[in-house]
Amino acid sequence: MTILNTSEMEAIAARHPDLLRLGFWQRFRVPAIALACTLYLLFAWWYFAVGKVLGEANWSIAGNYLADWVSYEIRPQIEIDADGAMRIEYPRFDPIGPNPNPDWLQTRRETVTRTIEIPAPNSANGAAAKPSSSFMAPAPQAEQQAAQARPIRETRTEEILTEAVVEIGSARTIEVHPDRVVLTRGSESVALRLDRRSGEVRADGALPSWVEQRLPGGRALAYFGVSGWAEISAERVRVRKRFLGWANFLFDTNSPFFGKPASEVATLIVSGERIQPDRSNLSLAWNNILYNSEWQHLDVWEKLLQTIVMAFIGTLFAMLVAFPLSFIAARNIFRNRPANQVAKRLFDFLRSVDMLIWALFFTRAFGPGPLAGISAIFLTDTGTLGKLYSEALENIDEKQREGVRSVGAPPVAVQRYGTVPQVMPVFLSQALYFWESNTRSATIIGAVGAGGIGLKLWEAMRTNSDWENVAYMVLLILLVVFIFDGISNALRSRLIGKERG
Amino acid sequence: MSISNARPILGESGRMIELHSRQLAAQRGFYTLLGALLLLCVVSGSLWFANETNSGKFFERLPHLFDFVEDLVPRDGMEIWRALFDLPSPYNDGSFKYNYPEGRAYLGETFYIPEYFHKMVETLNIALVSTGIGLLFGFVLAFLAARNTMPNSWVRGPVRRVMEILRAFPEVVIAGFFLAILSLGPIPAVIAVSIHTVGALGKMFYEVIENADMKAEEGLRAVGATWLERMWFGIVPQVMPNFMSYFLLRLEINVRASTIIGAVGGGGIGELLRLSIGQGHEAKTLAIVLLLLLTIVAVDQFSAWLRQKLSGDQAFNAI
Repeated sequence: MTILNTSEMEAIAARHPDLLRLGFWQRFRVPAIALACTLYLLFAWWYFAVGKVLGEANWSIAGNYLADWVSYEIRPQIEIDADGAMRIEYPRFDPIGPNPNPDWLQTRRETVTRTIEIPAPNSANGAAAKPSSSFMAPAPQAEQQAAQARPIRETRTEEILTEAVVEIGSARTIEVHPDRVVLTRGSESVALRLDRRSGEVRADGALPSWVEQRLPGGRALAYFGVSGWAEISAERVRVRKRFLGWANFLFDTNSPFFGKPASEVATLIVSGERIQPDRSNLSLAWNNILYNSEWQHLDVWEKLLQTIVMAFIGTLFAMLVAFPLSFIAARNIFRNRPANQVAKRLFDFLRSVDMLIWALFFTRAFGPGPLAGISAIFLTDTGTLGKLYSEALENIDEKQREGVRSVGAPPVAVQRYGTVPQVMPVFLSQALYFWESNTRSATIIGAVGAGGIGLKLWEAMRTNSDWENVAYMVLLILLVVFIFDGISNALRSRLIGKERG
Repeated sequence: MSISNARPILGESGRMIELHSRQLAAQRGFYTLLGALLLLCVVSGSLWFANETNSGKFFERLPHLFDFVEDLVPRDGMEIWRALFDLPSPYNDGSFKYNYPEGRAYLGETFYIPEYFHKMVETLNIALVSTGIGLLFGFVLAFLAARNTMPNSWVRGPVRRVMEILRAFPEVVIAGFFLAILSLGPIPAVIAVSIHTVGALGKMFYEVIENADMKAEEGLRAVGATWLERMWFGIVPQVMPNFMSYFLLRLEINVRASTIIGAVGGGGIGELLRLSIGQGHEAKTLAIVLLLLLTIVAVDQFSAWLRQKLSGDQAFNAI
């Protein structure tokens, strides 16, 4: 190899300047492509109205939904009656059960004789509310006495709540009294006065940044970061306390095992007395887990299995059908032009009619369920695999077939011993690849009704309140996809040697 | 082997070898049989399960398999044409079924874009934008994930894991999540398809980079080029044709994917198809299917032609 020195190179460059001058396209290629891409992205920004949509988006909801993936909220609601008695209410289907007494909500109860006015005369309120503004902590007692002296409809002696302290996080508390709410977050603390007569909420001092009051006297919102928030109005305090984790993942609130620590559940199952006399505790516990009304484990697993079955059977049958058809489509094997063309166009048709269209049609034919999904995957993949297989067949080495033919083997034997050994590893590895990728596609077409976990996911998302169930299903799907990815990669690398696809 | 009956007599070691080879053959046959039986069990079990959990049973529904074909016969052949181009129908009774001109998108006074073409363009744009975003991020991530360009396994490992998760995360969930925040429209579809594309293209790209010839990079390293310069002048020119052909392959796949995402609320032609099948609008359904078929064939052909030009005879299968 001759090596040019610098002066020679310069001499050549001087003689043939056109060789070294870059063409217009070569010089401006990169900026031109960048410009075109930028212009297109600007067009897309306008076309999809991205700015407008992002501006109108409900980002605060996004945070809540995302938090719901890994945590849950408990929503006690502290109602303050006109006479200052308080009640704590929980919404139905609360994750902590029908009769909760959480340790983060401390209450002080007092037995008083109080009046309950059904038509609610205003004078009673007025008398009760007045002293409350001048009294501080021990106010409720006096207030009750004052209310008692008024004309009455019904008098009863009962235990009522006079104070509730919600510990919403470390050094974050909400102290609820009938006439005021003290919010503490770290070193900051603010007292809000509740005026039930006028329905106004007034702060004692300046509001800290984490308390928001849109209208003077209106309801106030106090944010405590990830641990929750509270809405304070004159008649009620709504508390949302957020807990990390998935509530009731194993046992729902109807289960006898609900709310018990793990060790107690274990002893119950192993050596405890039978909760239901006709079955062992183990089978009861298992049954309770499977039919957990919140998480529906059995249903989710069944749907997941449907998705796996859809991908597996669909791909397997597609391979079985595409295999003989690809021999007909391959030019070098089946020497009949019209037959090649018919087979190839059939593959093109099956492939080009989208999996979505097949799924929608078969959902109508078989009803929603995995049969529709299997059929859709089967038809689409017959097209794709058929195309790939026939291309692989057209690229085989002719020598082996010639050798088999030269010893007088019949045509079938020529294919069996001359062709199949060459293409089988490729065929199988393509099929494995599609098996794995169809596990993902099966999830999507499930959402249009073709069975499997897709529909379940879609339903869970539609309600916008079951994001933790969505997270659970996503986790299961990811697990399945990763496992299959691993299996398919391992099998494929064994099939086609070290080169991995 | 009936040519000669007189077999040579085997010695001690010969008999051992014969015995052993017979044993091996028998063992192999046994395992093959076992494998076939296992596969048969799994397949029949799966089929039984699929049939059992389906809302209609296979053999009950089989005679009705082509019932939908009857629902798809339009009142005359021209109806498909009219539905496709939003021409007024002679059967128009004011109902949504025959009111084709309603969907026209007017540009100016008389010129209009038929509804389905408009929506098809939207779907194509969803696919193009999200494949573009996938190309951009996949390109960057691939250099951080390839063994030869990123020797530090503390960077490579996490980048690969992230790409795996992006690839495997169900698109339906991403679309559903953003549909809840951004309301109906194509942007959730773009986000969902892009996220998947970043993972998928990133994986293919880093495999291309790992197969690249490192001599050019070595030369640049010898003259003291920085990491960026080595990548840009040493690796990128080699891998760009392959990147582009993978980009085009992804584009084909994403046209289909964005149709499907459209059907679950992401806008575009998929949504219209689902609606018109659900409502039994036969001419509209056929028009959409026809349009979709033609578009997908056109995109496939175009991309195959361009890939052929870009990377010559190098075979790229539609994976």
